[in-house]
Amino acid sequence: MTESILRLTVNGALHTVVTSSHRTLLEVLRKDLDMTGTKHGCDLGECGACTVLVDSKPMLSCITLASQVEGREITTIEGLSDGPFPDELQTAFSELGAAQCGYCTPGMILSSRSLLDTNPDPTTDDINEALAGNLCRCTGYVAIISAVHLAATRTLGRAE
Amino acid sequence: MTIQVPPVGFVSAGTLEEAARLVSDPDDRAVLIAGGTDLVPKLKRHQAAPITLVSLANIEAMHGIAITDDGACVIGALTTLSEIASSPDVPTMLASAAATVASPQIRNSATIGGNLCVDTRCNYIDMPLTWRQARGHCLKDGGDTCWVAPASDRCWAISSTDLAPVVIALNASVRLVSSRGERVVTADSLYRSDGINYLTKTSDEILVDVTIPATTARTSFQKLRRRGSIDFALLSVACAVDVDSEGRCDTARIVVGGIASAPVSATDAEEFLVGKQLTPEVIDEASEIASKPVRAQDNTDTGQRYRKWMISVHVAKALTEAATERV
Ligand SMILES: Cc1cc2nc3c(=O)[nH]c(=O)nc-3n(C[C@H](O)[C@H](O)[C@H](O)COP(=O)(O)OP(=O)(O)OC[C@H]3O[C@@H](n4cnc5c(N)ncnc54)[C@H](O)[C@@H]3O)c2cc1C
Ligand code: FES
Ligand code: FES
Repeated sequence: MTESILRLTVNGALHTVVTSSHRTLLEVLRKDLDMTGTKHGCDLGECGACTVLVDSKPMLSCITLASQVEGREITTIEGLSDGPFPDELQTAFSELGAAQCGYCTPGMILSSRSLLDTNPDPTTDDINEALAGNLCRCTGYVAIISAVHLAATRTLGRAE
Repeated sequence: MTIQVPPVGFVSAGTLEEAARLVSDPDDRAVLIAGGTDLVPKLKRHQAAPITLVSLANIEAMHGIAITDDGACVIGALTTLSEIASSPDVPTMLASAAATVASPQIRNSATIGGNLCVDTRCNYIDMPLTWRQARGHCLKDGGDTCWVAPASDRCWAISSTDLAPVVIALNASVRLVSSRGERVVTADSLYRSDGINYLTKTSDEILVDVTIPATTARTSFQKLRRRGSIDFALLSVACAVDVDSEGRCDTARIVVGGIASAPVSATDAEEFLVGKQLTPEVIDEASEIASKPVRAQDNTDTGQRYRKWMISVHVAKALTEAATERV
């Protein structure tokens, strides 16, 4: 087994991890760094539960080796809130009940964060497209899409 | 339960020369990795057993899109599908095809080089190892029978790259570099109709960039899949037609993906179209001609007759859209 020393920047903090070079980013986050906010679903790139942001773009941590993202900025759901203050999306998701079992929620919120960062006033089509790689087996998506709209509206309202 | 990648080493090459050297000796079992969106799931399913992965990601020179003085578009192999889908500099058909590959997250990692080299797929090989062990390994898996066509001595796994039909229809070429030198081949000749050895390039050759010559062709890309949000193509069609001032077809390229072990050029239909106006009747006839010679195999999740029928439906859609495209 090939051990390697990885330097990973997660939520702004530099972590030095001694791990096997075949570990996925998902395994390193959940097992080596004990950050279990990133969820483990299909493990084959098909459900989006494991979505994290890499240099602000959503990617799938289950089919990305941790070695591939050395030197890049990784953001997980744990890194989204500002101390005790949740991200606007987290507030909107909880207010509108846009989660049932909650398994897809970290991935949904991170994909939505990336959308709002580049497109602060998205249409429903834009949201559907941005969330196309995130499956939810519980909610039926309606509340999720409303929550993204709500977060966008509030953020724009504050900016005015 | 975590589906783990079996132990494998990882080296990130800093330059093209270094990468070429690292994959030069087949005995080293070193395999290239770009975005890893095809390779990592394959490793998890035990469909490949490399000793080392050689990452291309840090080779700066292989990223990005450039337009040459004669209007050709040169795309570095590491350019991601998200970058291509949103680029105003690439042919529109390529951007729209890239936007249909997999899901948004995958397109942020997936590269055009990896897409053009993506492995062939089949109901039997794309199963977990335990299933394959219980069923018996197929040809592509090191066994001695193709479960799709047991009487056949070849593997029928399907070419599943969506961008290959597009770049072939646009007469692109690809540059291949190895420690033995460099060669440029047409995109068309990169593929071989064999589910196992589906590329004509050797394993030590790195696809460095794709060059698409300037074109005045009207184009259209069509893709049939179960879920429009993420699935591989059951069928994809790229077509490029040049029409003269009278509206007659000068040249036509129709390339069908997802139906055989290599992209299929519908040459009979292409020839039929030359000199004709692209009327609905002509388009219907051309689309029938295009589907006629294709023999779909029973190795994906819809029936053979349906897929063969869908070829003509999608070729007709593509030609109709191309005929009315504003250029
Ligand atoms: C859920 C899911 C859905 C998908 N849907 C689609 C789809 O709809 N259409 C589609 O076309 N694909 C699809 N894919 C497959 C894959 O994501 C894409 O084809 C992607 O573009 C592959 O690029 P990559 O950079 O990730 O390749 P990698 O996985 O890094 O590499 C793929 C192969 O190419 C080789 N390779 C990579 N780069 C080079 C190079 N520069 N020179 C030589 N060899 C190289 C690798 O050794 C490997 O064998 C899907 C994958 C998943 C998991
Ligand atoms: S766990 Fe990564 S996509 Fe499903
Ligand atoms: S809330 Fe259960 S999967 Fe989405």
